[in-house]
Amino acid sequence: MSMNQVALAYLVASVFFILSLKGLSSPVSARRGNLFGILGMTIAVLTTLSLTRNWMLIVLGIAAGGSIGAVVARRIEMTSMPELVAAMHSLVGLAAVLIAISAVHNPVAYGIAAADGTLHGGSRVELFIGTFVGAITFSGSVVAFGKLSGRIGAAPLVFRGQHGVNLILALAMLGFGVAFFVTQDWTPFLVMAGMALLLGVLIIVPIGGADMPVVVSMLNSYSGWAAAGIGFSLNNAMLIIAGSLVGSSGAILSYVMCKAMNRSIINVLLGGFGGDSAAAGGAAGAQRNVKSGSPEDAAFLMGNAESVVIVPGYGLAVARAQHALKEMADLLHEKGVKVRYAIHPVAGRMPGHMNVLLAEAEVPYDQVFEMEEINNEFSSTDVVLVIGANDVVNPAAKVPGSPIYGMPILEVQKARTVIVVKRSMAAGYAGLDNELFYMGKTMMVFGDAKKVVEGLVKAL
Amino acid sequence: MGGTVDPFIINLTVFVLAIFVGYHVVWNVTPALHTPLMSVTNAISGIIIVGAMLAAAPAEMDFGSLSGFVAVVLAAVNVFGGFLVTQRMLDMFKKKK
Repeated sequence: MSMNQVALAYLVASVFFILSLKGLSSPVSARRGNLFGILGMTIAVLTTLSLTRNWMLIVLGIAAGGSIGAVVARRIEMTSMPELVAAMHSLVGLAAVLIAISAVHNPVAYGIAAADGTLHGGSRVELFIGTFVGAITFSGSVVAFGKLSGRIGAAPLVFRGQHGVNLILALAMLGFGVAFFVTQDWTPFLVMAGMALLLGVLIIVPIGGADMPVVVSMLNSYSGWAAAGIGFSLNNAMLIIAGSLVGSSGAILSYVMCKAMNRSIINVLLGGFGGDSAAAGGAAGAQRNVKSGSPEDAAFLMGNAESVVIVPGYGLAVARAQHALKEMADLLHEKGVKVRYAIHPVAGRMPGHMNVLLAEAEVPYDQVFEMEEINNEFSSTDVVLVIGANDVVNPAAKVPGSPIYGMPILEVQKARTVIVVKRSMAAGYAGLDNELFYMGKTMMVFGDAKKVVEGLVKAL
Repeated sequence: MGGTVDPFIINLTVFVLAIFVGYHVVWNVTPALHTPLMSVTNAISGIIIVGAMLAAAPAEMDFGSLSGFVAVVLAAVNVFGGFLVTQRMLDMFKKKK
């Protein structure tokens, strides 16, 4: 293949990648979108294969990695999606670093250096950028994976002078990058890569469990920029285009998540939230009366309602109660009750997580509504059933001066009756008391989400 | 004026335009599919396999092509894992019968 033909094939592949993302605008077209993505990737890989001389070995490598990927994709639990995604980000980061090392080792082969092996000035800068973005993505994602999978504590690790240390490290990394630019020497290159790895760890350790949806989205973005950076280094438009698509996608998801949690991205990055919250929740000292009931009472209320909206939180998934919930919704439906689900953007551990968990339990997606779609409907809803959610239904978000003031919430307090299933009166991530629980229209049903929902099914 | 355009400028042009396309396409993704979006972008960022294959391309094995080969394996995990898990998730999204 001539290089022109290669470039044209890459263009076709890029168009397929764009169509792939476009397909996700609705669940109807999404599966076709994924097929477009597979097609684009196949074109890109086959085209590139025609440029290599030892294609057998490379196909072997693809088969080895591919089978690992296929097995994991089949076995992974849907609740573990955030970990899987974080692990995959780390692989992209590491691959970027390895490619950059290979390019520095033999720059002539990539056509980015003079015949005597002297790298072009621009290529040195691009290699530097590709390497440090890749290294930060790699080590940051490893830490995020550790936190999400519970291998390391999810609590934020903060120490005095943290930001100063990070700043000095970043500046030193830049300094070694400049040294690499001047000398094209291995030592500054490797020191720079090592510092970037350390920086990736330090950036993620202070971020607490509650902010993980933002972190996962952010690393998603980084992994795209790492690929694009390597594309600049190798003068490869395919990598630049695909990398930029992923980079902007991750950036948008980070923005969406930050907005849903009412935090600025800077605020999240500086860290230290989502973990030290227990101290802030000191107000819970005074005993206040709540109305509590049994699953039978709740079943009676819902069975006689015209419309029920279910608000699932991550507590539902932790208790593995999705399937029982679906069964309950079916029973209500048989009684002629209109059942819908309302999803807050941060209901799960990553963007859109709760939608997947409900889809897995075979809840039809046309019964599942986003916050903006359903907030106006609560005032005409008979019963709202809140399961395993807390902060996202806390009316304190409407009260100026509250720590969560301004956070968008599901306005369940407007419904006629609210049933809250919760293990105890403990505060949520934000560490705040929830006025909703003390309202006259609210009935608390204490217990494990799964047991309670099974009790509801039995009572119906 | 005259002469050829530096490849960097061409790359930059492609880069900026691709970001714009990505920005507009991704805002149209329905929030319900944000998790599949993330897993499919995982697969697409596996495009780094193209760079890895070029790094592994030289016929004789040396340090450079070996690190390229390792990168091929890593990126292939993303490509296959990403697309397959996305497919698996999307198959769960069904309308009411």
